[in-house]
Amino acid sequence: MLQDKDRIFTNIYGWHEASLSGAKKRGDWDNTKSILALGHDEIIEQMKASGLRGRGGAGFPTGVKWSFMPKEVSNRPHYLVVNADESEPGTCKDRDILRNEPHKLIEGCLIAGFAMRAHVAYIYIRGEFVNEYKVLQGAIDECYESGLLGGNAVNSGWSFDIFVHRGAGAYICGEETALLESLEGKKGQPRLKPPFPAGVGLYGCPTTVNNVESIAVAPTILRRGANWFSSLGKENNTGTKLFCISGHVNSPCNVEEEMGIPLKDLLEKHAGGVRGGWENLLAIIPGGSSTPLITKDVCETMTMDFDALRAAGTGLGTAGVIVMDKSTDIVRAISRLSYFYKHESCGQCTPCREGTGWMWRMMDRLVRGQAEPYEIDTLYEITKQVEGHTICALGDAAAWPIQGLIKNFRPELERRIQINKTVTQAAE
Amino acid sequence: MPKLTVNSIEVEVEQGASVLQACEEAGFEIPRFCYHERLSIAGNCRMCLVDMERAPKPIASCAMPASDGMVIDTQSERVKKAREGVMEFLLLNHPLDCPICDQGGECDLQDQAMGYGLDGSRYKETKRAVEEKQMGPLIKTIMTRCIHCTRCVRFATEVAGVPDLGAIGRGEQVEITTYLEKTIASELSANVIDLCPVGALTSKPYAFISRPWELSKTESVDVMDAQGSNIRIDSRGNQVLRIMPRLNEEVNEEWITDKARFAIDGLKNQRLDRPYVRGTNGKLEPSSWDNAFKIIAKQLKKVKPDNFGVIAGDQIDAETMFAMKLLMEKIGSPHMDCRQDGANIEGSARAGYLFNSSIAGIDDADALLIIGSNPRIEAPVLNARIRKRYLNAGIPVGYIGPTVDLTYPTNFLGSDPSVLQAIAEKKHPFCKFFKSAKNPMIIVGNGLLIRDDAKALLNYISTIIKNFEVIYKGWNGFNVLHTAASRVAGLDISFLPGKNGKSAKKMLKDASAGKMQMIWLLGADEIDTAKLKNTFVVYQGHHGDAGAHIADIILPGAAYTEKNGIYLNFEGRVQEVRRATFPPGEAKDDWSIIRAFSGFIGHPLSFDSHDACRQMLFTNHPHFAEIGQLHKSRWRRIGKPGKVFNSPILPALTEFYMTCPMSRASQTMADTRTSRENNSKPMAAE
Repeated sequence: MLQDKDRIFTNIYGWHEASLSGAKKRGDWDNTKSILALGHDEIIEQMKASGLRGRGGAGFPTGVKWSFMPKEVSNRPHYLVVNADESEPGTCKDRDILRNEPHKLIEGCLIAGFAMRAHVAYIYIRGEFVNEYKVLQGAIDECYESGLLGGNAVNSGWSFDIFVHRGAGAYICGEETALLESLEGKKGQPRLKPPFPAGVGLYGCPTTVNNVESIAVAPTILRRGANWFSSLGKENNTGTKLFCISGHVNSPCNVEEEMGIPLKDLLEKHAGGVRGGWENLLAIIPGGSSTPLITKDVCETMTMDFDALRAAGTGLGTAGVIVMDKSTDIVRAISRLSYFYKHESCGQCTPCREGTGWMWRMMDRLVRGQAEPYEIDTLYEITKQVEGHTICALGDAAAWPIQGLIKNFRPELERRIQINKTVTQAAE
Repeated sequence: MPKLTVNSIEVEVEQGASVLQACEEAGFEIPRFCYHERLSIAGNCRMCLVDMERAPKPIASCAMPASDGMVIDTQSERVKKAREGVMEFLLLNHPLDCPICDQGGECDLQDQAMGYGLDGSRYKETKRAVEEKQMGPLIKTIMTRCIHCTRCVRFATEVAGVPDLGAIGRGEQVEITTYLEKTIASELSANVIDLCPVGALTSKPYAFISRPWELSKTESVDVMDAQGSNIRIDSRGNQVLRIMPRLNEEVNEEWITDKARFAIDGLKNQRLDRPYVRGTNGKLEPSSWDNAFKIIAKQLKKVKPDNFGVIAGDQIDAETMFAMKLLMEKIGSPHMDCRQDGANIEGSARAGYLFNSSIAGIDDADALLIIGSNPRIEAPVLNARIRKRYLNAGIPVGYIGPTVDLTYPTNFLGSDPSVLQAIAEKKHPFCKFFKSAKNPMIIVGNGLLIRDDAKALLNYISTIIKNFEVIYKGWNGFNVLHTAASRVAGLDISFLPGKNGKSAKKMLKDASAGKMQMIWLLGADEIDTAKLKNTFVVYQGHHGDAGAHIADIILPGAAYTEKNGIYLNFEGRVQEVRRATFPPGEAKDDWSIIRAFSGFIGHPLSFDSHDACRQMLFTNHPHFAEIGQLHKSRWRRIGKPGKVFNSPILPALTEFYMTCPMSRASQTMADTRTSRENNSKPMAAE
């Protein structure tokens, strides 16, 4: 269990001042100049050594991602883009960072931007986060006034500007290339890869897109050393992570914990346990709505890290833990997620545009049992037809929850079909 | 040159080629909907998925650049499944109304569903329906059929250069629309019909007319402008039903203008289908060929050869002008001209009236100066090529003339002739672009050539050519953009005033003064016919237009879809039009009318067939035999110093849709013009 001294986000609950003076008391902006003095490449090396994996869902090593940026700045400037378009159902960690720890993010932007030789960072913030936007913009303004940003940021001689851009409410704009399109003023539709943003990104320039949490933890990692960070957690899954626990627990919360903490511990120590006791647990979606659910018996021994969850056929994702007890209509729950993905599909590529609607409609029938048993297999095949065939990962995200449902709750689906059959026959 | 392996066949492709192209190179067909060679890559249909070694999931082959050592598999079980899957998805919300769809029989979706789809559908839910969109009188929309490949959107924004089409909504609700339901403001708009892989965008005038397998296909060339776009005429019985573009990289790539495609309904209206003779009551009355010839012969005997002239119009084939020239020699009149608009072009310096850089040469140009021309309406396909060059290389385009929208950023230098002088004297800011350009290019339009001071202006242009090395070995940057399909052939066979002969302009002037007693109009309609009131006029042509209106005798000829003939486009490229249908009623091939008349007046021309006529043309002008070829010519300085007038330099044409007898007789062209005009009218609420 994480000790308080190793906590990075010491104000995640907003108990203290979010302002610059409050942040400084907590150690933010403490001699940032000396961190920059390490030099571009040393910062990236340390980030690599810390083993930090991207906190946006895919878990790609952050330091390695930064190192993809060209080592020399050509006639095209470099850009850092922070993805604050947090919209994944079940995930609410970035929101708390934005409103309670904005200075961690801003300082992280400066350090990350410096490391990748960017003079400009864009923070693309979810449009619905009105209050968070105000807090963040206020914090940025404070930094400009105090000389922490601008022409000579923290007296380092490095000029650095941060612009905040508000989204307009599309989930797909959280996908990094759709985000760049949207930032450029175009329709938010994912781009084809390759080329990757590190080569051709925002306005055609080398760009790195990072999640809020990945950037916000960077200053503390560099301040306390890569070794400190990598000593926490498990091998290849180092450090601490914000977990968002929601659903049928006694006290839903955001909590910072070590990577690799047992799922059961996480729920019982921080969220007051499953409503009605552990035995009342039905299933858990461990990493935000797009990861397949896992059943109680898997949860018993599951640890919360990228590799363990992946081995169990699901994923850590954004660490948005959605807990469902036995009162849950699990089919209805997954059907609602299908509706979400159908609604949020950008419509650009065929499998996702057509497939999400089809999957949702079938799910909708399955909720009421209005289907034939063989259609469960059909639905599974359709999810396989969508998965891996789309431009971005939204198609996968729409397919996985259904796959998780069919794998784990097939008897429930069959039972509903049977009941529906019996009722219909009786009525005839 | 990356080398890769496709289904264990090694291929080498050009740098920058896609995996899809590599697969085709290796001989494997890759199904696709959104991919189109001439458009940007969208990668959204997902039909072209193939397996790549070490890739965890199938890749979109259209979007993946081919690189060295790639191992591609297009025949794996996974690829087959992926294709079937995508095909099933595409058909989910497709109405499958093939029996009532105009695309039926030439539909990519139909074809590929046969090749790569499953035999049935597992879809049991309701289908989506989408409201039709208004895109003008040319394009019919049945948007429920749309598969959202966005080819049309990309064509409009990239090739046509009008951002009028786009996709709105998201997910299943995505719709392709013209936003405000206005007519697409492009002269190339109807190409989206060919691009659409399904029946969502079809031809409105051709709706429910025919099935593709009922049509006879004739390869021909368009004569609505002077570019000579390659076309295919689709006909059934004796009716031309539609015109489609033919691929020719050198000329039109695969685009044609809306006029080339849709003016064909003009072939059914206002046709001259029998000879007419103006009676004593002043009205035209039907007559026989014999009688018409008799009257012409009688009149010809009455006037002196010096009082008789011929003006050839803009769409006359080379053979007809050649035959007419021979006849004029026999009659002994030097008065003939193929420049009905009065353009000041001499026939002697061939490079002085050609589009010397060639159309494909635009792809090499790195600075462009347009003088007195609006290529967007005079040759829209050429304009799209300039736009393509602009998009690829951002070349500077200077424009002397009034402000017009050419669909690419243009440097408007004003319309005053003094600008030309300033550039010639290296005193103009635009000179810097020409100085640094390796392949500078000048396009001179008819708007300049029809000016009385054209020679003086051409003299300035000659100076520019000299000062900025516009012409050197391997590059000729001087280009004339003609608007008449017959012009270059006419100039090449020298259908021009002979010794002491009069030009078209002079003939008309003299006619109104009573000094020209008889004029034979070879399809010449775009002239001031009021000047011919007191002249005996023979009109030979296919439509009852301005020329026929004032004629004393009408000899019905053949439209370009009804005859075989040679045309030279503005580059000087020799191309053939071919007969798809027969001329209506008693109308005849134009060359044969002249041949028959020559016999009638006792000066028989020495050929009896079209072939013989053509052979004789080839003998006299050997380069006409090089069909499809470009015959280049050496540059000689043109123009001569003289007085320049102050009047602004203007393009010759201000109108695109109705410029010749056929397009003026076309209801479709009239409707399109009206609806384009309505585009700019404010709506009720504005």
